Amino acid sequence: MSSDVVNTKRAKSQALGPYGKVGNALNELDDRLGVAKGGRTFMDKIFPDHWSFMLGEIALYSFVILLVTGVFLTLYYIPSTALVTYHGSYLPLDGQRVTEAFASSVNLSFAVRAGLLMRQMHHWSCDIFIGAIVVHMARIFFTGAFRKPREMNWTIGTTLLILGIVNGFLGYSLPDDLVSGTGIRIAYSIVLSIPVVGSYLGFLVFGGNFPGTAVIPRFFILHCLVIPAVILGLVGAHLFLLVRQKHTQFPGKGRTENNVVGTPMFPVFMAKTTGFLFVVAGVTALLGAFAQINPIWQFGPYEASRISYAVQPDWYMGFLDGALRIWPSWSFHSFGHTIPLEVLVPSVILPGILFNIAFAWPALERRFTKDFASHNLLDRPSNRPKRTAAGVAVLALVSMLFIASSTDVMANFFRLPLNEVLWAMRILVIISPFVAYPITWKICKELQAVKGGGKRKTTNVVTRSADGEYVATPAPVYVDDLHSELEASQVPKFIVEEPDEQNESGVRTTDR
Amino acid sequence: MSEHDDHRTPVSLNGLAANDPHFQPAARNPLLVERVIALTFVVGTLLLVGFVYCFWVNAEPWTLGATMGGGLFLLGVGLVAWGKYLMPKGPFVEERHVLANSEADRNAFAAAIVERGGSVVKRRRLLAGLLGGGLGVFTIAAMFPLLRSLGPLPKGTLFHTDWRSGTYAVDITGRRVHVGDLAVGSIVTVYPEGKQETDRGQAVDQTVLLRISNEAFTTQKGRETWGPHGYIAYSKVCTHLGCPVGLYEQQLQLLVCPCHQSMFDVTNGAIPNFGPAPRPLPQLPLYVDASGYIRSQKDYDQPVGPGFWERS
Repeated sequence: MSSDVVNTKRAKSQALGPYGKVGNALNELDDRLGVAKGGRTFMDKIFPDHWSFMLGEIALYSFVILLVTGVFLTLYYIPSTALVTYHGSYLPLDGQRVTEAFASSVNLSFAVRAGLLMRQMHHWSCDIFIGAIVVHMARIFFTGAFRKPREMNWTIGTTLLILGIVNGFLGYSLPDDLVSGTGIRIAYSIVLSIPVVGSYLGFLVFGGNFPGTAVIPRFFILHCLVIPAVILGLVGAHLFLLVRQKHTQFPGKGRTENNVVGTPMFPVFMAKTTGFLFVVAGVTALLGAFAQINPIWQFGPYEASRISYAVQPDWYMGFLDGALRIWPSWSFHSFGHTIPLEVLVPSVILPGILFNIAFAWPALERRFTKDFASHNLLDRPSNRPKRTAAGVAVLALVSMLFIASSTDVMANFFRLPLNEVLWAMRILVIISPFVAYPITWKICKELQAVKGGGKRKTTNVVTRSADGEYVATPAPVYVDDLHSELEASQVPKFIVEEPDEQNESGVRTTDR
Repeated sequence: MSEHDDHRTPVSLNGLAANDPHFQPAARNPLLVERVIALTFVVGTLLLVGFVYCFWVNAEPWTLGATMGGGLFLLGVGLVAWGKYLMPKGPFVEERHVLANSEADRNAFAAAIVERGGSVVKRRRLLAGLLGGGLGVFTIAAMFPLLRSLGPLPKGTLFHTDWRSGTYAVDITGRRVHVGDLAVGSIVTVYPEGKQETDRGQAVDQTVLLRISNEAFTTQKGRETWGPHGYIAYSKVCTHLGCPVGLYEQQLQLLVCPCHQSMFDVTNGAIPNFGPAPRPLPQLPLYVDASGYIRSQKDYDQPVGPGFWERS
């Protein structure tokens, strides 16, 4: 080919393929990486549409915000317990001997531009991150999305919840303020309570007897590097499995176990999900601007012999704190040894049991239902009364433990004796799962009995003919109504179906 | 009706004509939606410009969050609305491909691992065993310095505090407490002299010194001489989880832990009468020296703070 052919502008544009410069650039990329076919498949990937599918996205985007704001904070935070005299812009602390960790946390809040905003956004997005994981997990549980082939993703998700809680605790310990220092003290005592190895473990983690000098730098590297790296890897695996196994969908018109109905990755899902990232970031920034969180300068620096009233951890530690409050003071002393059951049971054994049940649930359910099939269509929670009731029972228990973490605040607020509040919470914690289970089960059964449950009613259009005759015809269904057109999925044969108590009109009959 | 049905039947994107009704936007009035979205983009961008301005002039922190948050929120809402109302409404369908491979493929995969790998290991059991043993020893050998370097061993440190025979009790400023300092019903946190500003003094040695009237006090057996002139001292470290027992309820004569509300009766050996604490606060034996200063007779007779395995 002679060189004068490509010299004119017209010739250049003719050399371009039918998709112009972008097309050419993509061809160059495909020459080197061979991405055209897979890329098109990825662009065409279909995402089913349901509001509850965005809960996981909230968690994902909160994590993105955590990474961005967290990097900002590391630029100014100093992970050191060396004592310095504070001379900063917050005058009430002027001249006080505080640790560098505390001084730098106060400084980045007041002296660094947007520092306070970034710190508050970081704290808020952590609370949102873990909250979104919990709600997302509840959605997965109640709709049966954890069933084969997705058990691995359930395990990864549960691990992410634990890592999120641990890293949240490490993170709010870093400012070395009075409240977080008390939290570290409690964590040390919990480690100490583990039989046989507790005191050794405590000394190795803290670099000696409490408080030691190693805690802040060690928590810093764990909080900022080690655990985020693990979380990032697991989030990647979580999303890879999601793409590989394709998203679940609710039953509905045209939807089967063998397809996915929804909107394509590009551009519809991409636009919506990117927009949602901005929405989550925007809401977090507004919270950071208007809702004060963790005002460490009001708590003051940590000193082991000081404490303030109404000491409470972040919300996701609440259930542990509540359990520690209501568990009786039963300690085991014998054979020259002590097992501090009053600490070990509520703060080590209880969360151990809860998370192990969560990990084991897919296997447990497989064993009890003998359902070994793969499922891509989701359950309506009411069609699985026992699972739904069990989930609500656990949520009721954990919620009551969470409420029990503010017995002193409640007693103060309602002007009740602390003793009565404590005993009320003890009783509520014990009975709540047993009350929640049968009520939920009954509600599920009643919902099953409603014919066409979950469908929206359609409008009738009344027309008058020329003869004066009125005719009612059902109006066409709106496109949106498809989403709520949920039909009960087939109950697998191996589950014994309860005898149908309905009469023909769809009304349940009872013995009363 | 039938045209409507065509719209709602999911179709595959593969080979779909560009003018297919499935590519129509979901909005009934696309122009109006476009204008609303344009408005969110314009206002959102203005807010972000406002953020840059606020940052530049170092305005109040809340203005930064309000402008950035509002701007991001509006851009996000606009983008979501664009995707939801103005982009192809579908619905589209994609087939799921069975993840499991054919029987032959599975067998070939398993064979590679079991037969090829198995034969290699089986024929060279000795080598495999030696390599495994070597790696195991390396793991253990690597763990020892790693773990041991993390911190000292507890040894006896959990059993003792820095209170000795004759140690002066000082307050946080280092001032010795004199027998005339406290009125009945008063309380002060004391430390062994010289330790009041150390981490260990703060965390382990911290002690509550109270003065109470003698008639209200029940002396524990063997502690008859521990509380001279109504001065009694208890460890300030809660026996539940180690929080400082910092609240003194004077009327009920209770020391209250603010963390989990354990309450200790100061008139009766600091025995817990409420809450999760399993043991009384250890009592520090005191005496008043010839000059009238409060000093400790000896260390606590038991470990202070929460329980642990080695504690008897």
